[in-house]
Amino acid sequence: MSKATGKPPLVELRNMYVAFGGVHAVQNVTVDLYPGEVVGLVGGNGAGKSTLMRVLSGAHPADSGEILIDGRPVVITNPRAAKALGIETIYQTLALADNVDAAANMFLGRELMNRVGVLDDAAMEDETRKVMGRLNPNFKNFKTPCMSLSGGQRQSVAIARAIHFNARILIMDEPTAALGPAETTQVRGLIKQLKAEGIGIFLISHDIHDVFDLADRISVMLHGKLVGTVNKADVTTDEVLGMIIMGKLPSEVTQRELAQLHG
Amino acid sequence: MTQATEAAILKRPPRSVRQLLFSMEIDMRLMGMVLILALIWLGFNVMSGGIFLSSRNLWNLSVQSAAVAVMATGMVLIIVSRNIDLSVGSILGLTGYTMAMVQAVWIPTTLHLGFDQPYTWLIALAVGIALGAAIGAFQGYIVAYVGVPSFVVTLGGLLVWRGLVFEIQQGQTISPMDKTFSIVGGGLPNGAIGEWPSWIVGILCCAGIVYALVSSRRRRREYGFPVRPMWAVAVLSVSACVAILAAVWVANNYFWPPLLAQQYADAHHITEPLGGLLIPAGIAFPVIILLGVTLVMGFVATRQRFGRYVFAIGGNPEAAILAGINTRRTILGTFVLMGVLCAISGAIQTARLDSGVTSLGTNDELLVIAAAVIGGTSLAGGIGTIPGAVLGAVIMQSLKSGMIILKVDSPIQDIVVGAVLVAAVALDTILQRRAK
Repeated sequence: MSKATGKPPLVELRNMYVAFGGVHAVQNVTVDLYPGEVVGLVGGNGAGKSTLMRVLSGAHPADSGEILIDGRPVVITNPRAAKALGIETIYQTLALADNVDAAANMFLGRELMNRVGVLDDAAMEDETRKVMGRLNPNFKNFKTPCMSLSGGQRQSVAIARAIHFNARILIMDEPTAALGPAETTQVRGLIKQLKAEGIGIFLISHDIHDVFDLADRISVMLHGKLVGTVNKADVTTDEVLGMIIMGKLPSEVTQRELAQLHG
Repeated sequence: MTQATEAAILKRPPRSVRQLLFSMEIDMRLMGMVLILALIWLGFNVMSGGIFLSSRNLWNLSVQSAAVAVMATGMVLIIVSRNIDLSVGSILGLTGYTMAMVQAVWIPTTLHLGFDQPYTWLIALAVGIALGAAIGAFQGYIVAYVGVPSFVVTLGGLLVWRGLVFEIQQGQTISPMDKTFSIVGGGLPNGAIGEWPSWIVGILCCAGIVYALVSSRRRRREYGFPVRPMWAVAVLSVSACVAILAAVWVANNYFWPPLLAQQYADAHHITEPLGGLLIPAGIAFPVIILLGVTLVMGFVATRQRFGRYVFAIGGNPEAAILAGINTRRTILGTFVLMGVLCAISGAIQTARLDSGVTSLGTNDELLVIAAAVIGGTSLAGGIGTIPGAVLGAVIMQSLKSGMIILKVDSPIQDIVVGAVLVAAVALDTILQRRAK
């Protein structure tokens, strides 16, 4: 990993706090991500994974904490600012406007215009066809509103939107939750490919096997706090489950407690 | 469907109506509305013994539809973005009355500049439009930035703006209007553009439609996308041109009323031929204004970022925010546009009455919303078209006009219009559900 080279991480979230009213959704969480690395972010429902990532993608402001990109502190006040920093997000809800077609969604907020300031729909459709050709060659419904597309096709649109604009940092919130086995395999292949291209990926997933297959490091959250970050190579799935459920690091947990997880 | 079969279908001559419509890429909803309008027109024509489809009635119908249709184009964007504007009738009333005050009281009397100055109409119009934009911006600000539901804000506006009309001049009727200003009302002899200008407008419209169809096909072809077959472009072009030229022909077959023609003949020392002098009216100014508004609004809705954002917000407000769209500014923009369109409609109606009256535009919000909804705008947001709303306005006005010709009592007219509104939306809902 690039940690050895002493370079600053691509992204560092330091001591992040987010509260909703009186509820502390994220408390003093610090995570980082290096180029070409996949960091799995796991934890039960309400652990604060998605909230933490929404801060990074500009969808929600943090109450305190610091965000560093390439070692330099940045301020991300809205989604546009995050995108300008090369941070793209695939939301669990996909965040598609269902009443417009794939091209309109892919370029939403970043439309291509022609010389006289008119939307260039043909150029946008062309780009969309090219991206889809790589991503999901079976995708042909370029003029259909997204509401009429299948779950997998909708997912492709959301992924296409995230990778088309030369992202350096990709946040994927449950990218395979709505997909069938074949499509899941496709997304896994894509993640490996993007990683090889040097993109840093935060991967939020409920599926511990997904995370073990794809992630280099795993950060575990419980009740808004970071339990710890471990190298995948150093831990077993049971040990990670122990972190998720009991909030104990592999060094703190006993064999008996791990056995009880399966009880 | 794969691209190969898609292309194959487009190349083969169509076998069924469904395939035919598919290869022509026609908006089925709009097509359905045109059919319904045709049925209404034919029905009324038979029942009225041919009066309904006379040039005279169609000409009047076009003028009467224009005022509501102008506002309906703005209401589409408001409703598409999941809002509503109940205040349009009152904004129309206030802007119309203010324009009347400017030209009949403030410029001539308060400022001692006299009546019918060459600039009077322009200042009146500018003041009205600026006021409409300001009211729209004010309401839009409260909706978008303060976060009060648009239903509440514009319900308040409905009362406030109407109340202000009465406060300006103790509810008096203001008249007469500036001579130039009156033209936009479509009252003859000056309110229509005449025979040859009408043909020129018609031919320009035809050329524009053919150019748009051909150039968009060429552009898609350059990218290697599936395109409409040439015969479909030809069929669409020819039908559109026939419809436009037929409309111009109708407008040119409505002649000045005999009294006006006689006055004209006397003034120009022409001896009237037997049966009176026939002077074609041509397209009325309110219709020309509607044409311009429809073009601009259609362009804004489908060819501009702003319009795309309005639709995206209607489809999924959360997604729009996450895509980095400034949703508040966009919503504010829709209300400003609505205010401007109310003022334009206010000018048309004030000019038509040749006076400023306090009740102008009362209940218009219902007609405007109904026109948009009959025209295929979904109150759930995200769906609607500008041409659809214009057609919706024409359908509503056709029902009204037809029933007036048939001497149906006014309460019965309301019952029919109300029932048609609900039936139209119910039918649309059922068809949409079946399509899924």
